[in-house]
Amino acid sequence: MTATVSDRRPPAVPERTPVLEIENLSVDYGYDDDPAHVLRGVSLTLHRGEVLGLAGESGCGKSTLAYAATRLLPPPGLVTGGRVMFTDRDGSRSDVLALSDAELRAARWQDVAIVFQGAMNSLNPVFRVGRQIADGIRAHRSVGRREALDRAAELLEMVGISPDRLRDYPHQLSGGMRQRVMIAMALALEPQVLLMDEPTTALDVVMQRQIVEQIAELRERLGFAVVFITHDVSLLIEMADRIAIMYAGEIVEDAPAREIYQRPRHPYSSALLHSFPPLRGARRELSGIPGAPPNMAHLPTGCPFVPRCPHAADACRAGRPTLGPTAFAEAGRSVACTLHDGAREVPQELAQR
Amino acid sequence: MRFVVRRGIFYLITAWAAVTINFVLPRLMPGDPVAALLAKSQGQIDSSAEDAIRLLFGLDQDASIWQQYVDYWGLLLHGNLGVSFMNFPTPVTEVIAQSLPWTVGLVGIATVISFTLGTLVGMGIGWRRGTWADGLLPATTFFSAVPYFWLGLIAIALFSVTLGWFPASGSYDRSMIPALTPEFAGSVIRYGTLPAFTIVLSSVSGWILGMRNMMVTVSSEDYVTVAQAKGLPERSVVVGYAARNAILPQMSSFTLALGFIVGGTLIMEMVFSYQGIGFLLYQAVGNHDYPLMQGCFLVITLAVLVANMAADVIYAVLDPRTRQEG
Ligand SMILES: Nc1ncnc2c1ncn2[C@@H]1O[C@H](COP(=O)(O)OP(=O)(O)OP(=O)(O)O)[C@@H](O)[C@H]1O
Ligand SMILES: [Mg+2]
Repeated sequence: MTATVSDRRPPAVPERTPVLEIENLSVDYGYDDDPAHVLRGVSLTLHRGEVLGLAGESGCGKSTLAYAATRLLPPPGLVTGGRVMFTDRDGSRSDVLALSDAELRAARWQDVAIVFQGAMNSLNPVFRVGRQIADGIRAHRSVGRREALDRAAELLEMVGISPDRLRDYPHQLSGGMRQRVMIAMALALEPQVLLMDEPTTALDVVMQRQIVEQIAELRERLGFAVVFITHDVSLLIEMADRIAIMYAGEIVEDAPAREIYQRPRHPYSSALLHSFPPLRGARRELSGIPGAPPNMAHLPTGCPFVPRCPHAADACRAGRPTLGPTAFAEAGRSVACTLHDGAREVPQELAQR
Repeated sequence: MRFVVRRGIFYLITAWAAVTINFVLPRLMPGDPVAALLAKSQGQIDSSAEDAIRLLFGLDQDASIWQQYVDYWGLLLHGNLGVSFMNFPTPVTEVIAQSLPWTVGLVGIATVISFTLGTLVGMGIGWRRGTWADGLLPATTFFSAVPYFWLGLIAIALFSVTLGWFPASGSYDRSMIPALTPEFAGSVIRYGTLPAFTIVLSSVSGWILGMRNMMVTVSSEDYVTVAQAKGLPERSVVVGYAARNAILPQMSSFTLALGFIVGGTLIMEMVFSYQGIGFLLYQAVGNHDYPLMQGCFLVITLAVLVANMAADVIYAVLDPRTRQEG
């Protein structure tokens, strides 16, 4: 079949070549005259071998982004604009949103694999686990049933599950095992991109930690790029290379993980980081974010964070800020906030150097 | 294994209860049906038959109720359900054996056709919901909303009276002698087509609707999305992931429907004068033929019970979760 696990080199320093570029992606929910604009011009670039964290409060559109980028958006969701460019290993680029059905089917799982939020229900209850891993393999490779099952056994072992679980039905596995099975399944074809939508949310803390460590280790070995979606920012700071913060259907800040942790530039990023306990070092004061996320069906003009923002000014209500360089023109960082367009002084807490 | 034993015991108890109720009910009836019957038949019933009838009816005043109960079981276990009044002196078992195959054959085949057709159509329109195919639903619902006897009468008026394609009543050409010949089989099919067609027409919408709704529900399950994300061929997503799960509740309705075949087709058999067990029961009621009624009820109850048992087995085969010990 394909190369075995061992003869793939780990990515030394990830070269910064993009593998998945989401450009201006917009999604509406509802077919009527007044749909909810749940994603509005979201752009995000994932580089080869990188772990990109996507964080934001519940309901901000993280899952919607994952579904839309893979064309799995269920009705009444509708992609209303944008492109999702995938760059293959040989450098050829294609727009996932423009592929024909057959091309899409062939590309799925092979290029981009997904682990869904709530993997409890991600396995078909009436098929054995082995069969469900194998059918994904056989849909893309011309291998026999035996071979596919052997490969499935190998994959289970890789995520720390005994291969004799192949003959189990999903209900016979624990939640953590099911989650691992999903991860094994997603890695079956050695995809270049792995989207993980809150893969550990339903699990207890110990299990969460184990799985996160496993993902990190597998990535080291296999070299795929990961989009890791969660609202647990502290988890991301530890495992992600870069973090994108999402608020009400827009990316408000995109920066290397260390930097965003130490020097947030957007008021929302700052508030979000302060609502989680730090992983290491001195305990700092925890503060929730006052107010609630806006209703996406009726967004005000201007920045959606205005009602909750301590630095809101008239400029914020006038127009919607777009993602651009920070006030300090830091390389590899961007932020969508009027504080950074030069007209105002950046408040001290958002201006740490 | 424990599951099987537990269910087995459950069914034994239910069967026992059904038989016992069948024993008790006639004993609660006011008056003396046997005396009335004897008066009506004017000496045609001999005294040994009279004893058997009394025993079956709990009118054997000499014996204690317990003794009667034991005797009743004894008769039942020997396959003796008494003698039909109406077809005197034919035993009830024989009378029932003559009509049961007709009902089971005709309605059974019609139910299987209806289920298969409805499930396939429901699968299609459930998967592609919101397309033109949804327009099929009101049409099929119309046929199930029309009272069955009305549908039957219209079918007779149209296909047998006006067009003359099919006979209006009966179950085979009476000039033929029942035998395993192609001619006789042809006649049975010709007579059975119209009743079967109307049964399918009136019941198919239930299957379509049930399957469609389950398909809609199942289609939004995560595992179906995962199957899509894996890039599986559409056929295997629809059949292996969506329909395979959507059919589970459908299967148990189906086995229950098979159980009701025996008891639930009275109107069809009346409209088409079809000589099945429904028609038989109808005649038994009209003629105060209590042993026959009792026999019919027993057969109907046991059929429902057996269908329930089959439903259990099928569900266990199809759904690994129910096989779990618990
Ligand atoms: N079918 C739908 N119809 C209308 N609105 C929807 C629908 N599905 C989701 N939404 C809206 O889209 C927004 C984004 O939902 P999404 O599931 O992407 O959020 P999320 O960021 O993944 O949240 P969580 O962290 O809770 O998983 C929410 O505000 C939700 O109300
Ligand atoms: Mg989500």
